[in-house]
Amino acid sequence: MDAEISLRVDGEAHRLTVDTRTTLLDALRERLGNTSPKKGCDHGQCGACTVLLDGERALTCLALAVAYDGAEVVTADGLAADGELHPVQQAFLDRDAFQCGYCTPGQVCSAVGVLDEVRRGWPSHASPDLTGDPELSHDEVAERMSGNICRCAAYVNIVPAVQQAGGQAS
Amino acid sequence: MKPFAFARPADVAEAVRTVAADPAAVFLAGGTNLVDHLKLGVATPDVVVDVRRLTSREIADTADGGLRMGAAVTNSELAADRRVRERYPVLAQALLAGASGQLRNAATTGGNPLQRTRCVYFSDVTTPCNKREPGSGCSAIGGYTRYHAVLGVPPTPPGPTAPDTCIATHPSDMAVALAALDAQVQVLGPHGERTIPFVELHRLPDGDPSRDTVLEHGDLITAIDLPALPLAVNSQYRKVRDRASYAFALVSVAAALEVADGVVRDVRIALGGVAHKPWRATAAEEALRGAPATEESYRAAAAAELAGAVPQPGIDDGNAFKIPLVGRTLIAVLRDLTPSEA
Repeated sequence: MDAEISLRVDGEAHRLTVDTRTTLLDALRERLGNTSPKKGCDHGQCGACTVLLDGERALTCLALAVAYDGAEVVTADGLAADGELHPVQQAFLDRDAFQCGYCTPGQVCSAVGVLDEVRRGWPSHASPDLTGDPELSHDEVAERMSGNICRCAAYVNIVPAVQQAGGQAS
Repeated sequence: MKPFAFARPADVAEAVRTVAADPAAVFLAGGTNLVDHLKLGVATPDVVVDVRRLTSREIADTADGGLRMGAAVTNSELAADRRVRERYPVLAQALLAGASGQLRNAATTGGNPLQRTRCVYFSDVTTPCNKREPGSGCSAIGGYTRYHAVLGVPPTPPGPTAPDTCIATHPSDMAVALAALDAQVQVLGPHGERTIPFVELHRLPDGDPSRDTVLEHGDLITAIDLPALPLAVNSQYRKVRDRASYAFALVSVAAALEVADGVVRDVRIALGGVAHKPWRATAAEEALRGAPATEESYRAAAAAELAGAVPQPGIDDGNAFKIPLVGRTLIAVLRDLTPSEA
């Protein structure tokens, strides 16, 4: 069964008809040709499909496109403004925070979300104090990024990259 | 995936009417569990009714000093709320121990307690499962029981082919904290509104493992209330799992403790990962009220709660390890919550 939806993806408005079963991930990749979010597990376990959905990091493989009619989506492809890499993207390059790169667009979007959540004072499971202001310690970054799997195991460089982008020396 | 119609009702009343009118209709909120089940063929609705933007996304102070958490409040928002962090730390900790940042941004207050078991046989449509397909049998008996129940199960299991056998556990962390906190569930159903104590929301498999909760078809959770519970300021959630993050609980403990003059004045305890429902540990609570706040009392309370625990044989020695593990975790949490001598 079909439904008509509109999406704003990386600043560009789209109107499209999708089967109700279409995930946001498939709509982005197969219908709009945006292959930045990757299909890893397709079951919400790996994080490769992470985008910023209405400003917050989200898994597009577990989102039905019809349920996000009118949403604003920013993929890793849309993070760079005016040819300048986003600070998280630059930090991933500076810190060599990837090997094969398949998980990287999801890692980058997730890290952008993490830095925003930390700025808003959201605690994590690794926060020593629920009511204090969180800091970007190694444990905090590792915990907050745990929804993004890297099978090359570039974690040892991903953590410093996120800390660098967050303005915390490591 | 089986085709389905997608409904966007204008309000909660229309959503309830739409689902109530069709036995094959389901509510969709954050979708973190349902969308996966659509892909796996575990859920096969004809109509998916979107309620994500219909219920409240507010956390409001209530007249009695508690909080009303709208069903659409995300797990992230709830865990970040200052009032929750300061007055009900056990709930913030439970939420933050669950899933990943991305999933917590999507998962909702109303949806989280209604997620289904992560029993591997429930998710695998090629295996018999009484919860997924009533009467087909239970593949977990003698199988992979590491994440399965030890409490609320019969001392002698009726066997893998009995139609009501189920040793699945409820996977939610949040629900364990809500069970300990005496939360109340606000429900809008085809016959109007009602309130269900959170500890009565989930059920044991008794006779019908396909039903996780007492909700009837068409019942929609609109909000969950926390009572004013001063002792919850001194509360904690501890989760034991196979990896440090992003894994379901082997066992977990939610507890709140009030001690005065070395004596337990009041206590709330719920256990996770050990039963078909979040397990309110009433036997342990009764053993503790009025008892000295000592390690010895905590051991006795854990023993009282676990006296009826039944280990499940299975692959890799089954799950007998969970009984001492949850006992020790409970003792450790109570010890942590005990004020140091002045």
